[in-house]
Amino acid sequence: MARLTDENVTLAKEIIDRYPRAKSALIPLLHIAQEQDGWVTDEAMRHIAELIGVTPAEVLGTGTFYEMFKFEPVGKYLINVCGTMSCALLGADDLMHAAEEELGIHEGGTTDDGLFTLHRAECQAACTEAPCLQVNYRYRFRTTPVEVRQLISDLRSGRLDDEIPPHGTLARVRQHIPADKGVGAVDPSQVTSPPEWITASAEGGAS
Amino acid sequence: MSEQSVEITVNGKTISAEPGEMVIAAAERAGEFIPRFCYHPRMSSVGMCRQCLVEIDTGRGPMLQPSCMVPVSPGMTVDTESDTTKQAQEGILELLLANHPLDCPVCDKGGECPLQDQAFSHGPGESRYIEEKRHYEKPIDISSLIMLDRERCVLCDRCTRFADEVAGDPLIHFVERGNATQVMTYPDEPFSSHFSGNTAQICPVGALTAKPYRFKARPWDLEQANSTCTSCSVGCEISVHSSRDRVLRYQGIDNDDVNWGWLCDRGRFNFESIHAEGRVTEPLIKTADGHQATSWNAAMSITTELLNESLASAGASSIGVIGGSRGTNEDAWAWAQLCTALGIERHDPQLGDGLPAALLGMPRATIRDMASAATVVLLAPDLKEELPVLYLRLRDAVVNGSTRIIEFTPTGSGLTRHAWRSIRHGAGDAGSVISATLADADVQAQLSSGPVVVVAGRGNLATSADVEFAALRQLMTAVDGATVLPALRRGNVVGALQAGLAPTTAASDTTSTLTAAANGQIEVLVLLGSDPLADFPDRELAIAALNGAGRVVSITGHMNASTVDADVVLPAAVMSEKTGSTTNLEGRVAPVAKKVNTPGVARADWMIAVELADRLGHDLGVSSVEGISEQLTSVGASVGSVWNVPFETSAPDVNVAPKGGYDVDLIVSRVMYDGGVATASSPSLAGLANGRAVAVNPAVLEQLGIDSGDMVRLVSEHGSAELPACPDDRLDRDTAWVAFGQPGRESGFGDVRSLISSSAPVSRIRIERVS
Repeated sequence: MARLTDENVTLAKEIIDRYPRAKSALIPLLHIAQEQDGWVTDEAMRHIAELIGVTPAEVLGTGTFYEMFKFEPVGKYLINVCGTMSCALLGADDLMHAAEEELGIHEGGTTDDGLFTLHRAECQAACTEAPCLQVNYRYRFRTTPVEVRQLISDLRSGRLDDEIPPHGTLARVRQHIPADKGVGAVDPSQVTSPPEWITASAEGGAS
Repeated sequence: MSEQSVEITVNGKTISAEPGEMVIAAAERAGEFIPRFCYHPRMSSVGMCRQCLVEIDTGRGPMLQPSCMVPVSPGMTVDTESDTTKQAQEGILELLLANHPLDCPVCDKGGECPLQDQAFSHGPGESRYIEEKRHYEKPIDISSLIMLDRERCVLCDRCTRFADEVAGDPLIHFVERGNATQVMTYPDEPFSSHFSGNTAQICPVGALTAKPYRFKARPWDLEQANSTCTSCSVGCEISVHSSRDRVLRYQGIDNDDVNWGWLCDRGRFNFESIHAEGRVTEPLIKTADGHQATSWNAAMSITTELLNESLASAGASSIGVIGGSRGTNEDAWAWAQLCTALGIERHDPQLGDGLPAALLGMPRATIRDMASAATVVLLAPDLKEELPVLYLRLRDAVVNGSTRIIEFTPTGSGLTRHAWRSIRHGAGDAGSVISATLADADVQAQLSSGPVVVVAGRGNLATSADVEFAALRQLMTAVDGATVLPALRRGNVVGALQAGLAPTTAASDTTSTLTAAANGQIEVLVLLGSDPLADFPDRELAIAALNGAGRVVSITGHMNASTVDADVVLPAAVMSEKTGSTTNLEGRVAPVAKKVNTPGVARADWMIAVELADRLGHDLGVSSVEGISEQLTSVGASVGSVWNVPFETSAPDVNVAPKGGYDVDLIVSRVMYDGGVATASSPSLAGLANGRAVAVNPAVLEQLGIDSGDMVRLVSEHGSAELPACPDDRLDRDTAWVAFGQPGRESGFGDVRSLISSSAPVSRIRIERVS
């Protein structure tokens, strides 16, 4: 497993340039690493540390705080079945059992073909739509065991490829700021006046 | 301060606090101790542990607030004993103990543990928790010196804050979160900070323990004595802890002028060398069958005879004394008196690896001056490697103060990332680089913005001391009002120089003495705790000198390379075995304490000098260490004072030859762990030396077509050495760096000192592929 690809290093450097301090790019860079390999590898963390001038321990420390960064391999599809109150009352366990049976793995496991990882998740903020689950953080609302089996079969066959990208992909449209369009990074210690927009609004400009 | 002080009320008492001071600190000064785990006066407050919650009323009614996070304000009322405070503190302790194992009887911290102590003083007495505690693998190595027991950790952030804020080596960090939060290194990247031992000292529980002390003693069995570390010349204040006549650990003491409580790992752990196998315990005399143990009387008779004979036959100029910077001020004074009495002019506490004593004649600065200067100019070796705690103080001045560093270095250093300007120079051209830098308007403006302190030492052992000193003199002339903090490294080198062991003339320094010895002009060479074979930068000269000297008398605590073949070996007491005082690099005189007895019949150096003087018919007028201390006090060297002796500052001019066929500058400097006796005979530290290698720019390796770790041959005008090469992109292409004194597999083979000649101003080399 790998350090960041050349293409991703270029992207990483563009992101680093958006911040006054390289360290600020840590989390966006972890996303790139996770997008590249589906999870954040040790080598990628070392590479990120080199790129932003911190120690690998700092990268690990910051990254592991966030539940959505995975530091061991996960399947192409990460299925999070909500297990909190509303969903639990409305049949989350049945969804989980259906998924376990269909995938042949237990909660927390990954299928041998590396396609699926099954997790029980905490509240996904969709209590009105219970029971719900997420595949790579894409919702399935008010779902049933039958639908879960259908969902897994659709994912296997690739019918949902357009809708659900592999784990780690944040978005398929990438923000890109050409070098000449950015305002440029300024060291906070060099800032002596308030931002332009504050003065603009104080003078009765755009509110 | 007093007119700005803030009045607050703590438990009904009115006290005055300094503006910006935290309530916890103000209350403590007033005698009201507030329990705490995460708060540490030398680090930023983080409010992690919540143990210091007290009721604070700022006019809006009493509220529970963490006293380490709340600065004092006028009229504030603090109650550290109210029922609410007590209830909150008991609650926090109960929570902290929810996961903390109650394994105090087998925990090294037991007996000196803030958690244990405060559980008794501020705890509820019993816990309501019956649940299983959190479990982790029991102690894991996070470095070769430090072990971590995560079950005991209360997540106070002291160690991680120390590593990040103080040491600048954030190699440990909190990982995971919530109940799973733990202190951890990166996988396979140990906490190999030069300062890791401090984390074990400041850990408020038994989570971090230092291997050299683990399971050696219980705190209540330890005897303690305040002393001073003499591993380097920073002079950190320490407490020596011993039990049953063995030193078991050193702990840092917070000395506001010097070390702020911190120690480096070399200083903290090299006490192991006191009880090492290689100690000399009896006087030894060389015979046909090797060294034979003998009595003091016999050894002293022989030494006296040797000295008398050479005085009679060839005069005092045929006797040389090298060393003395590893002892106390008293040792150095007694030896200087002996030399004076006998008319010996050849004495030098440095081994050709420092700077001329004239350095001490320049206007001097203290560590405090350095830490408060507007500009610190570094013309010195890497402080992080050689004078580690001075590095911490300077780093703090830059990171938390407004000091700016202008660094002149051939290789970069541990302070490069904090330097305002880091300017590279090659061997011997520091002078011209300094001129060019000082011509810069920004640099001029910075230098004239406030006090300037120059930290001056021998940056490169492959460049002669005269060349390096000339650059310093040039800098001092160019910068008005600058003061110097001497960065000479040996523990008591400043004390030894000032006590009278400085060479009488430039022609009586160690290099001249060794040259004379090599030419057969030295009858008796006295090694006063020194090891020229290992420490003198010019290896060939050192070998020739020890072979050429008539007789070698070595006064030493440990067997070393130069002692193996000495005619007489006199066993000397080492630090923690003798009483006296030491002088640090700023001239501050501090006490050293005797805590354990010497092994065998070893004696302090001063006793040997006094007895030799007596046998040679001179009375030094002292018979006890107190007697010498009185003499020293009369010249200003009393404990607690800053002792400066004026020196002549003249020095020869030097010319550096242009590059010939050797176009790579050789840079040789020391790193923290080397083959030196204190490190090599401390089992915990011996394995930390990196071993021999030459660092070069990666492009050079590519050009030679070799891989990292392959052998290259370095050739200078004076010799050659084969060393494995390692790429280092901090170096220029025409610079190669080799760490001095690294232990080698085989003596002589691959020793960088073979390339250095003490008669050459600079050393330049060629790098060749070994086919």
